Amino acid sequence: MSTLLEARDICKHFGGVKALTDVSLTIRQGEIYGLIGPNGAGKTTFFNCLTGLYVPDGGGFLFDGQPLQADAPQKAAARGIARTFQNIRLFGQMSALENVMVGCHVRTRAGVIGAILRNPATRAEEAAILRRSEELLHYVGVADRAHDLARNLSYGDQRRLEIARALATEPKLLCLDEPAAGMNGAETEELKVLIEGIRRDGTTVLLIEHDMKLVMNLCDRLAVLDYGQKICEDVPTAVQKDRRVIEAYLGEVPEDA
Amino acid sequence: MKHPLLHWLLRLPRHTAFLAVVGSALLLALPFVAILGGQAWVRILDLAILYVFLALGLNIVVGFAGLLDLGYIAFYAVGAYTWALLASPHFGLHLPFWVILPTGALLACLFGVLLGAPTLRLRGDYLAIVTLGFGEIIRIFLNNLNAPVNITNGPQGITLIDPVKFGAFSLSGRTEVFGYTLMGPQKYYFLLLALCVLVVFINYRLQHSRIGRAWQAIREDEIAAKAVGINTRNMKLLAFAMGASFGGIAGGVYAAMQGFVSPESFSLMESIMILAMVVLGGMGHIPGVILGALLLAILPEALRFGVVPIQQALFGKVLADPESLRMLIFGLALVLVMRFKPQGLWPSPERQRELTEGKS
Repeated sequence: MSTLLEARDICKHFGGVKALTDVSLTIRQGEIYGLIGPNGAGKTTFFNCLTGLYVPDGGGFLFDGQPLQADAPQKAAARGIARTFQNIRLFGQMSALENVMVGCHVRTRAGVIGAILRNPATRAEEAAILRRSEELLHYVGVADRAHDLARNLSYGDQRRLEIARALATEPKLLCLDEPAAGMNGAETEELKVLIEGIRRDGTTVLLIEHDMKLVMNLCDRLAVLDYGQKICEDVPTAVQKDRRVIEAYLGEVPEDA
Repeated sequence: MKHPLLHWLLRLPRHTAFLAVVGSALLLALPFVAILGGQAWVRILDLAILYVFLALGLNIVVGFAGLLDLGYIAFYAVGAYTWALLASPHFGLHLPFWVILPTGALLACLFGVLLGAPTLRLRGDYLAIVTLGFGEIIRIFLNNLNAPVNITNGPQGITLIDPVKFGAFSLSGRTEVFGYTLMGPQKYYFLLLALCVLVVFINYRLQHSRIGRAWQAIREDEIAAKAVGINTRNMKLLAFAMGASFGGIAGGVYAAMQGFVSPESFSLMESIMILAMVVLGGMGHIPGVILGALLLAILPEALRFGVVPIQQALFGKVLADPESLRMLIFGLALVLVMRFKPQGLWPSPERQRELTEGKS
């Protein structure tokens, strides 16, 4: 399998706090890669560096064979990196369908002149946006709420709508920041099926998640962060047995235990 | 073969088509009715429509993109002075309107980008303060650019500005058409109406497009908008530039219509008035903005004509002059609207729904 993303020695600090120290990891094409760690370990900071919300203080990303200029989120999106947010960030006063249509923005071209004249090319593009957005709503399973305002959707539906919006940017790498947070068992199960489907359809997935059952069942490989450092990168079964990971989560293990 | 417009009308539901036809007939007949009360009434109509045009221009910036702009009048001033300088005895230039109007729009657009570029990172109150300052700077410049080189003629303003002319056909003065005497303000009415129809059309088309959705997304959540790949910088600049261009066009027509411009016409109060039209009517909702603009443009004139006779009839003397009453009523109206209809007098259905649901 070829490499999709290579992070090399990513550093990020906020004043005296070292949020990330020399984090390197490699994500292969077509895998589901998990990023776990205790609270405050730097997982979301890593996401923000990758998607251009933060500029790393050191190191860099190689995405799809090309260096990633991680200084503007829209550039990352144009390159094919889409994300969702830990605290859902939908366009609340727009309908679910419109939210996904906004996601199509980066892959479409119509400008002011096209918008005003509504020439055949613009109309065709607009029709394609609508069709694709409806498909995506179906895909994530919120098609029946298409015309409701995003803010009025249930929590689980909002999470899935955010995934649909991210998918509308036609990403090569989909970054999900705690997608299962606040979901019940049944919803988490549906989410698992959805993420597996996304991978099957050819999109690589990077996942931050605290639900260990989900992570261990879903991910091909995992990286564990603790205090901004990568302490382990391996397949789930190996990570579960790793001494440093257990220490990070449960505290120091006595020698004679 | 049917004309496309006719085709469109026939496709509408019957009562909508009926309303459209009756509405346009009324709009076309209005200046001929208003003239019966004197030219002053037609002039009031002209100004009201000019405000509708301005408010719809500002609606692109404030309503669609959510950028609170308190210096909008500056672009209006740029357009007005462009016309005044290029078509008056002040510099001895008398260029035709099809040169000046685009120049004015372009210059205003340039100023829009100039204002937009450094304020891209600002939001809400901070943006409002910077744009407010910008509006004042332009006005003060106009006031003082009469020395060492006299460019704007300072506080005296520029007089004897050319009217809009299509070849030999001037929009000011009288014209005989089929034995009917058309007055200047009536002719301007039709020009302004045409411009207004155009700006409504452009507003509507933009709102329901890829660009309009991107603006709305930025208004809702800028970080999320960036994350889905919207170039927020360009989109905001575009909103500023488009709003400013419309301001510039309105300014040009205003200068030509009045025949006189001075910095006094472009005070902060005017900016606030136009913003109040947008907010009072219903931000981002085109019919609402039109309603707001008409109400606030007509109110002072109605007061001027109504207050004195009413007071004389009631009390036998004038207790409060119309000008002070105007600000009183304006302030009261704003407070009442903010208290009872914070979404504006005629909000878009979605916004209405959202605010009422929030209460329950």
